[in-house]
Amino acid sequence: MKILVCISKTPDTTAKIAFTDNNTKFDTNGVQWIINPYDEWYALVRAIELKEKDAATTIHLITVGSADAEPIIRKALALGGDEAIRVNAESHDSFYVASQIAEVAKQGGYDLVFTGKETIDYNGSSIGGMIAELLDIPYISLATKFELAGTLATITREIEGGEETCEVTLPVVVSSQKGMAEQRIPNMRGIMAARTKPLKVVEPAAADALTSVAGFGLPPAKAGVKLVPADNVEELVRLLHEEAKAI
Amino acid sequence: MSVLIFIDTAEDGHVKKASLEAISYGAKIAEQLDTVAEGVVLGKVTGDLPSLGKYGVKKIHHVNNDALDHFDAQVDTKVIAQVAQQTGAKVIVFSNNVDGKAIAPRLSARLKAGLVSGAVALPDTSNGFTVKKNVFSGKAFANITVNTDIKIIALNPNAYQVVAGEGTAEVVTANVATEPGRVKVTHVTKSSGEVPLTEAEIVVSAGRGLKGPENWGMVEELAKTLHAATACSRPVADAHWRPHNEHVGQTGIAIAPNLYIAIGISGAIQHLAGVNRSKVIVVINKDPEAPFFKAADYGIVGDAFEIIPKFTAAVKQLKG
Ligand SMILES: Cc1cc2nc3c(=O)[nH]c(=O)nc-3n(C[C@H](O)[C@H](O)[C@H](O)COP(=O)(O)OP(=O)(O)OC[C@H]3O[C@@H](n4cnc5c(N)ncnc54)[C@H](O)[C@@H]3O)c2cc1C
Repeated sequence: MKILVCISKTPDTTAKIAFTDNNTKFDTNGVQWIINPYDEWYALVRAIELKEKDAATTIHLITVGSADAEPIIRKALALGGDEAIRVNAESHDSFYVASQIAEVAKQGGYDLVFTGKETIDYNGSSIGGMIAELLDIPYISLATKFELAGTLATITREIEGGEETCEVTLPVVVSSQKGMAEQRIPNMRGIMAARTKPLKVVEPAAADALTSVAGFGLPPAKAGVKLVPADNVEELVRLLHEEAKAI
Repeated sequence: MSVLIFIDTAEDGHVKKASLEAISYGAKIAEQLDTVAEGVVLGKVTGDLPSLGKYGVKKIHHVNNDALDHFDAQVDTKVIAQVAQQTGAKVIVFSNNVDGKAIAPRLSARLKAGLVSGAVALPDTSNGFTVKKNVFSGKAFANITVNTDIKIIALNPNAYQVVAGEGTAEVVTANVATEPGRVKVTHVTKSSGEVPLTEAEIVVSAGRGLKGPENWGMVEELAKTLHAATACSRPVADAHWRPHNEHVGQTGIAIAPNLYIAIGISGAIQHLAGVNRSKVIVVINKDPEAPFFKAADYGIVGDAFEIIPKFTAAVKQLKG
């Protein structure tokens, strides 16, 4: 049982969001980089748990990015995983990135591909579904639970106002979110081990980018808060009804 | 050539509110491109399909068989791809809701059609095809140009107003092949009677300021009075005071209701990231320095335990 976990490098959640080059590029000046939280806390940790329970034999991590992504992939390896693959390409187009991962997945014969539910920078939520289509296998998105018995996976996913549980025989692509696992902190042994774990660099396969970024912008700032005294909650309700027309 | 809209239905077959937004949005794009809006709906449907014409869809392709009653993105994608081909769709619109997030990327890969997920505005077609979407969890937006002949857009829930006019849609049975799926749905749980968080117009959310799970009764009471959904901050869900699916923010669910009421939440940057697209934000916090006030439209500095019951009473009075 081989698992491929997709790892993406994203700016820290507190990073200042600004743009350069006439608002066409994200300003990386002073930005701290982290493993995309959904990839780390849920997808990777769940994969590690499966291996700890002997349900999986091998975990490979994959990232599509330039050499800058290597510290992030080492951080992920410190949590767990046997080896990592970096596809040496940089792209903001989901289809291009998914094509690279699908290519590696095809050649590696993985039974399970885990992604996070989205990256916290581009919020695309698209990579998992695209990989599944390129491999022509099932895709369960926004999973909150994942259990495995032999080759039968029982997966719970979010639906509007509830949850749905399904069964699917491997192989499958799963996007993960809260509920799947609990965040872990890497320990010293893991950090030491990560240094010597194999990190293979492969060149990208031929693939098209279907979209491009024309530019970025920031939302307009709020006008400022209107404060209502604590002893006059009725006034707040009146304002919400008459002025904001929100209730 | 047409604009094809995926009409998403819930497990019981009713058309989701997010689909009405997608139809209104798709119809407007069709008008922009001087073409017609058509819809595709899968599986059993309760309710009246022709009446969806009032949102601007002219023709609805209904594909109904047993294989489609349960959600399986792989099966659904193949069906929608065939309908897209038959209708010569140039733009395909989804809601960026749970089902849209599963199908739209698959369809994009299948048709090699560029996808913009999380769109918040109509496309700019004056020079190419560029769509505005949220990035950095709502802290910024990006204009994404789609460079392929067929374009796919997944519209964020609550980002486009439902527009109802006149009209009746023609409903036809689509002639497409359906493969059996590999996903077997075994169990569905729905919190009955409550408003789903992502579809809610009003959300009442509370944080660590509420001190403990035993104090949520008054939050639920206020939510019920307002027909609102309930949400919470991350530490509240982490401590299991509230279920995980109420956790909003950068690492929880991103929402954009008309009204977001935040009680006893400090307004950390990660929390704001998931809620800052809300149209009106009300903050109730005993600390006047709480960062949330900077992102708020209305606020009260005071004790939540005193203010919530008064808030509920005042809303009850307003509603008579
Ligand atoms: C990588 C990362 C991701 C994160 N993702 C998220 C996320 O998705 N969502 C999220 O919410 N957080 C997230 N966080 C956590 C975030 O940084 C904050 O810690 C969290 O939002 C704080 O929750 P809180 O406001 O409920 O609690 P606190 O920060 O403890 O604030 C409690 C507030 O309640 C007020 N208060 C106390 N008593 C009362 C009273 N009686 N009446 C009125 N007000 C009162 C206080 O003044 C205070 O402002 C993330 C953090 C990290 C590092």
